Amino acid sequence: MNKLEQYIRQQREQKELLLMTHIVLGYPSYDDSMRVVESMVEAGVDLMELQIPFSEPMADGPVILHANSEAIRAGATVDGCLEMAEKITAQFDIPFVFMTYYNILFSQGVMPFVENMQRIGIQGAIIPDLPPEEGRDYIAAMRTHGLSPIHIFTPNSSPQRMQTLAENSDGFVYTVARKGVTGKETQFSAELDGYLADCRAATDLPLALGFGVKTRADFDFIRGKADMAVIGSETIKVMEQGGVAAVKPFIAGILRE
Amino acid sequence: MKHSGYFNQFGGAFIPEILVPTFDQLEAAYLEAKADPAFWAEYKQLMSTYSCRATPITYAENLTHHFGGAQIYIKREDLNHTGAHKANNVMGQGLLTRRMGKKRVIAETGAGQHGVATATMAAKFGFDCTIYMGAVDVERQRPNVFWMEQMGAEVVAVEDGSRTLKDAINEAFRDWVTNMDDTHYALGTACGPYPFPEMVSWFQSIIGTEARQQMLERVGKLPDRVYACVGGGSNAMGLFSGFLDDPEVELVGVEAGGRGSGIGEHAARLAYDDASVGVAQGYKTYFLQNRDGQMQDTHSVSAGLDYVGVSPILADMHETGRARFEAATDAEVVEAMKLTVQKEGLIPALESSHAFVQAFKDAADMHSDQVILINQSGRADKDIFTVADAIDDPKWKQFIIAKADEYKKANPELAIAGGV
Repeated sequence: MNKLEQYIRQQREQKELLLMTHIVLGYPSYDDSMRVVESMVEAGVDLMELQIPFSEPMADGPVILHANSEAIRAGATVDGCLEMAEKITAQFDIPFVFMTYYNILFSQGVMPFVENMQRIGIQGAIIPDLPPEEGRDYIAAMRTHGLSPIHIFTPNSSPQRMQTLAENSDGFVYTVARKGVTGKETQFSAELDGYLADCRAATDLPLALGFGVKTRADFDFIRGKADMAVIGSETIKVMEQGGVAAVKPFIAGILRE
Repeated sequence: MKHSGYFNQFGGAFIPEILVPTFDQLEAAYLEAKADPAFWAEYKQLMSTYSCRATPITYAENLTHHFGGAQIYIKREDLNHTGAHKANNVMGQGLLTRRMGKKRVIAETGAGQHGVATATMAAKFGFDCTIYMGAVDVERQRPNVFWMEQMGAEVVAVEDGSRTLKDAINEAFRDWVTNMDDTHYALGTACGPYPFPEMVSWFQSIIGTEARQQMLERVGKLPDRVYACVGGGSNAMGLFSGFLDDPEVELVGVEAGGRGSGIGEHAARLAYDDASVGVAQGYKTYFLQNRDGQMQDTHSVSAGLDYVGVSPILADMHETGRARFEAATDAEVVEAMKLTVQKEGLIPALESSHAFVQAFKDAADMHSDQVILINQSGRADKDIFTVADAIDDPKWKQFIIAKADEYKKANPELAIAGGV
C-alpha cells in the first residue's frame, strides 16, 4: 500500500466520506490559486487536485476549459506551475495530486516530469487522455518513484476494463458518475448504486466519485457509497461569482456536521 | 483495441476512458467493413451514383506550355458532389454509421467543406447532424453555414480557445463523450486517434487508386511526381495511397506557408522547422506548439489548411523520406490560383492551389517527357467570398455593398441586429 492510499485509509477511519477538490494552477493568477488552496485546506478538504493548464483540455467542460485557457493567457507556464506546487506542498499538510494532459508530461519528458513530481512532494497524477495502453512508461516511472498513477472508471467500463484500470492504478480510483465532460449536471439517483457496486467489485482501492458534485445534498448522497467525493468545476464557479473569499464558506457548508 | 495504430512513433489512441468502448466498436466495424468486399462495392456504387466518381484526370495543356517543362495532369476531386474530396470520406463513414446502427452524426469543420459534406450525408442517410465550427470560421464562411443549415444540420459556433478548427475538434469530442451511444463522430481528416487516420485514408484511397489506373490508360506510364496540399492530410493520403508501392513516383505534400516561417505565421508542420512532436487531440504527431506543449496559433489564407497537427501517417512518411514536404505562401497560392483560372478555366480551391504552387515550381525544371499529377482536391467557386477577398476584387466589393444596401432597406430590423 503506498503513501497516498495509506493516508486515505487513515482519514476514512475518522470520516465516513472524504472530500477532494480541484483548482487550475494560475487561474486567475498564481496568487489567487494559492489563496484558494489555503481556503480549501482551512475549510477541511482531505485531498486536492492541482491541474496544470493545457491548451486542448479535451475531457473538460466549459468551466474548466475556460480556466485552462485563461490561465495560459495570463502567463501560466509548466515551470511556474511546478514552482507553485512546490510551495503548496511545503505549506499545507494534505496530499496533492496533479491533473493534466499527456502532452505536458511528454514535452518535459515523462521521466524528468515524474522525478520533479517526487522532488516537490506531489503524490499522484490523473492524466485523462492517457489510457494505460499508451502510458506504460508513465505508470512504471510513477511506481518506481512511489507515486500514484490514478485511472478513471466510467459507466461505460466493462468489468474486465475496470480490472485492467485498477491493476494500473495506485492510491485510489477516480469514478465518474456519468458520461460527458466535467461540470455538467448529474442526477444523483439510485441508478448510481449498481454502477458503484461494479466499481467496488473491481478493486480494493479507495473510490473517489466525481463529475457534477455541487451541493451538500450531492455530498450526503455519496456518503456510504464511495470513499471520497470530488468537487471540481463548482468551486471555480463559486470563485468566479463570489471571489476567493466565497470559497471557504462554500466548502465549509458542504462539510458541516 | 486490437491494433495500436502506430506508424513508427506517430499515431496511437490517446482517448478519454469513457470513449474506450466506442473506439473498440468503431475499430471492429471498420475492420469488418474493410474485410468485406461487398462494403467497398457498395461504397463505389454510392460514389458513382451520388457523387461524380470516377473523377477524371485533365491534361493541363496550356499550363504545360506556359512552364515549358513536365506535362501537367490534374486529378479532378473538385467534381465531387459538394465540391471537394471530403465527400469520399464522409459517404464512407455514413455507410459505416448505418452499419453500426447509429442515428446521429457530428463533425468538426474548418472552412466548412467537411461540414457541408457531412450535412449532405446526414440528409441522404436520414441522420440527425450537428456540426462544430470555430466562431472565427462561422464568420468567414457564411455560405457554407447557410447550406449546412438548409440541409437540416445544427451548426454550433465554438467560442473557446482560438475559435478555429482545433477547437471545433475538441468540442466535437466533448459532444461524443456524452452521446456516444447513438452518435458517430465523422472526423474529417486523416488525423485523430486510431482508427481515424487509417480509416479516413482508406476511404480517400479511391482517389489514388483511380488516378494510378487513369494515368496508365491515358499516358501509358506512371507520373514522375504527384502533388497534394496538406492540412490534416486526407487528400494527400488519398492520392499517395495509389502510389505507395511505386518507389519511382515521388510524393510531394504542400503545406500552408502563410506569411512565411516563424510560429504563428503559417501552418507548415513538416516543411518548416517550427513544429515538434507532441500528443494532442488523441494522437501523436508534429504539432505547432511551444516548449510547454501548448498549441500555438496558426495562419493560412485557406481555412482548410489552418491546423496545428498533421496526419501521423504523413509525419512518418516525412521521417522515412517516402514523401517530400514543401510550403507555399499565401501570396504564391493566390497567384497560382489566378494563373490556373486564366490558363485552364479550372478553379482550384485555395487549399488545392498550394499543391499547384509547388508543382509549377518543379515543372519548369523538368523535361517534356516527364509527367506530374496534381490533386485538385476542391473547387473555389463556392468560396467566392474568401477568394474575392484574396484577389481583392473591387467589382465584387461594389456588388456586396449594393446587395447589403438592398437588404438594409428591405429589412431594417436585421440591420440593427447585425452579427452572424
